[in-house]
Amino acid sequence: MWSEGSSVAEGSARFASRAARELRRELLVTPLPELGLVAANGPNDPEPELVVEDGVVLRMDGRAAADFDVIDRFLVAHGLDLEIAAEAMALSDLQVARMLVDVDVPRSAAVRLARGLTPAKLARAAGLLDPVELMFALKKLRARRAPANQAHVTNLKESPALLAADAAEAAARGFAELETTVGVARYAPFNAISLLVGSQTGRPGVMTQCAVEERRNLELAVNGLVTYAETLSVYGTEQVFVDGDDTPWSKSFLGAAYASRGVKVRFTSGTGSEALMGHAQGMSMLYLEARCISVVRAAGSQGVQNGSISCVALVLSLPGGTRAILAENVIAAWLDLEVASGNDAIASHSAIRKTAKLMGQFLPGTDFVTSGYSVMPRHDNTFGGGNYDADDLDEWMTIQRDWQVDGGIEPVDEVEVTRVRDRAAHAIQAVFAELGLPEISDAEVHAATIGYDASDMPDRDRAADVDAADEALERRVSGLDVALALDRHGFEDVARAVVGMQRQRVSADYLQTSAVIDEDGYVRSAVNDPNEYAGPGTGYRLEGARWERLQALPHVVDAARLGAGDSAAAPAVTEVGEALAGTDEAEVVIAVGPAFAGAIRETINGLDHGCVLAAVVDGVTDGGAVPRIVRIRRVADVAFIAHDGARLSGSGIALGMQSKGTAVIHRADLQPLDNLELFGMSPLYSLESYRAMGRNAAGYALGNRVGPVPTELDNFARAKLIVRTTLLHARETRSAVKGAAPVELELTAAVETLPL
Amino acid sequence: MTFDPTVHYPLGSRRPDLVETPSGLALEEVTLESARAGTLVAADVRATSATLRRQAEVARVTGRTQLADNLDRAAELTRVPDEELLEIYTALRPGRSTAGALEAWARRLEGWEAPLTAAFVREAAVAYVERGLVGG
Repeated sequence: MWSEGSSVAEGSARFASRAARELRRELLVTPLPELGLVAANGPNDPEPELVVEDGVVLRMDGRAAADFDVIDRFLVAHGLDLEIAAEAMALSDLQVARMLVDVDVPRSAAVRLARGLTPAKLARAAGLLDPVELMFALKKLRARRAPANQAHVTNLKESPALLAADAAEAAARGFAELETTVGVARYAPFNAISLLVGSQTGRPGVMTQCAVEERRNLELAVNGLVTYAETLSVYGTEQVFVDGDDTPWSKSFLGAAYASRGVKVRFTSGTGSEALMGHAQGMSMLYLEARCISVVRAAGSQGVQNGSISCVALVLSLPGGTRAILAENVIAAWLDLEVASGNDAIASHSAIRKTAKLMGQFLPGTDFVTSGYSVMPRHDNTFGGGNYDADDLDEWMTIQRDWQVDGGIEPVDEVEVTRVRDRAAHAIQAVFAELGLPEISDAEVHAATIGYDASDMPDRDRAADVDAADEALERRVSGLDVALALDRHGFEDVARAVVGMQRQRVSADYLQTSAVIDEDGYVRSAVNDPNEYAGPGTGYRLEGARWERLQALPHVVDAARLGAGDSAAAPAVTEVGEALAGTDEAEVVIAVGPAFAGAIRETINGLDHGCVLAAVVDGVTDGGAVPRIVRIRRVADVAFIAHDGARLSGSGIALGMQSKGTAVIHRADLQPLDNLELFGMSPLYSLESYRAMGRNAAGYALGNRVGPVPTELDNFARAKLIVRTTLLHARETRSAVKGAAPVELELTAAVETLPL
Repeated sequence: MTFDPTVHYPLGSRRPDLVETPSGLALEEVTLESARAGTLVAADVRATSATLRRQAEVARVTGRTQLADNLDRAAELTRVPDEELLEIYTALRPGRSTAGALEAWARRLEGWEAPLTAAFVREAAVAYVERGLVGG
């Protein structure tokens, strides 16, 4: 009978190993609804409710009109379409939820219905969808046809040359918007100018913003140094809104003020902020976010940056957090807003966990899959972001290629990236010189072009920089001044692109929902390029030239060329006639595949076939047996190569080898797919390994007791080498001739004298 | 040809003839050549009230009522100087203004021919009084 041993109290090494993983730095907590620590469907969330009499809203979501807070009042005044509300609120939560995933209900019908839904109803319906349904809903409800992406461009030293180079690379990689900010507020004009110059060097039409305090931001906008803003935060409870020093009216006014100066505006909100700021009023994060997004739409913003944003780690501490964040993106798209869907702040220490979260937005596609992909190493990200950064670019683009999904980032090779960075760094150097700003040295241009991050940048006189930046703002250095400076220094095309952005401010087309600008200055938005997804065969699909482009990563290898590799050198063996059955009982046949030392000259591990044969011969001889080499020509499978060899062997023992280096020791009386020893880890083998195989084969032939050659294991060998394996095996197979007789081989003299 | 919001978007590409700068420079003249010649100056690089009203029409015909309302207010605000624009924003922040101060801004907005924004400020004043967000 079992009684608990002392081991149980000692603890498990596996648990200790898991506890040491990066993931475990993060706290997971149980829900605590009274503090708003519940992701969705909170126990205190109100029942969806709308009571209207004679066109007057008497009750909404559990509150009477007299108790309406500033958010409720704003929604009643500007948000709810009461004509639609009667019809929309009469539907059950489930009926509404089903419309979101019904491929036969057009986006326009779902969007129309949302105009009459209260926040509680929006949260309820979205809360009924499971993750895959949410993804489908997001794909269907996204405003613009094609997804895009936004980049963060910052660095710790606020180096203008590095900002310009990073902006240029981001633009060249296909980001539609670039966002910078400042560590020191007074740098704002420099950072805005650097982004403007860099972005237009990389690709004309890329929009830029500099996230700073509103007054300064508006000044930058008026001077034509930035084209969009997304700093307008809204919150789901009155107390937090007021603590943020705003009301829905002030924020809406600010949005109109920006638009009046030709600035594209996107509001910001996200689950978790109310709990973080201590006034969630016991409501779930998703319900409060539904209120936020409803305010955003009511305020007349064309879009919203949402998806928890800076609070993402708080939401992810709760059960269902990832799902709630996806649900808020869906609600925003459903309300017909452009969605820049988060994935900017670091969501988790765990690459597995954060990428699992990312898939919710990445696979359906959103207007901006991230609201800031860090094009530089995250160490330089002064937003505190960098969920994905410069070092992750190949992973991002590989995942696009894996899923055939457009995540908005294009592969560009090293020469092209370096060229565009060099040009942008020179361009900003010229602009600074022409505008009388502190000099950007050649050393800075060089480091910005090829350096890793700001630590590679020469230090600047920061006191002189901020003084000059103040002065630049004072004398209203404008986008046109920047263009003229570029023009005078031989950057005419960049100058024209900068003027092109000024022209966009005059026509104001990018104020419409989900607008981006292509390199010819053509504005694409939800107005003229709407998402009309209605099932397979419709909507945006990654195909044609764009798919070709996104799959062509610079390090992709041409499969046809990888499989070739013909050698001009003389082969290591010569054929000396048909191989017949041997009679020497001490004989070991070394049976090689059809391409061995012929069409193929080395193993997958790069070992020359002649040397491999010499090592095996040496091992067999050392083991006291007599080696004989034959080529099996009829098959390419290692089991049959070895078994055919065994049947030719006087001892009945053979070592069979494929050209890629896989080997088997076989005996004539075994079934072909059985064996004595199998050596399947060819990438790991050295000549010494092949010598040991020869020695063991000799032992079997002589009837000795044989200890198997120790097995080595590399679980990643397959991931690394399966492509090469496939291509090598294809050549071996092509070399096989059905029914062909085996031939006897001799090592050439050159091989026999190899030093082993 | 009159402006048709259902087909003339984007204005900059489809109806550049309807777009001009505040000083009356045609959109097609917003070029590097004009900047070189000094006929295009920074202060003139902005959308006019008429352009923003057309953008509001575009938003409205695509069912985006609130965005359209916002663009109509933006069209009005082109007439409000930068400094006053920021002052009105500050006045609308919680606890900054008495109801009377907001009413004064509403009247000034009417002076700038901004009746929609004036009404918006008055509406805020009522909500602020009821929610205890007046101050100053």
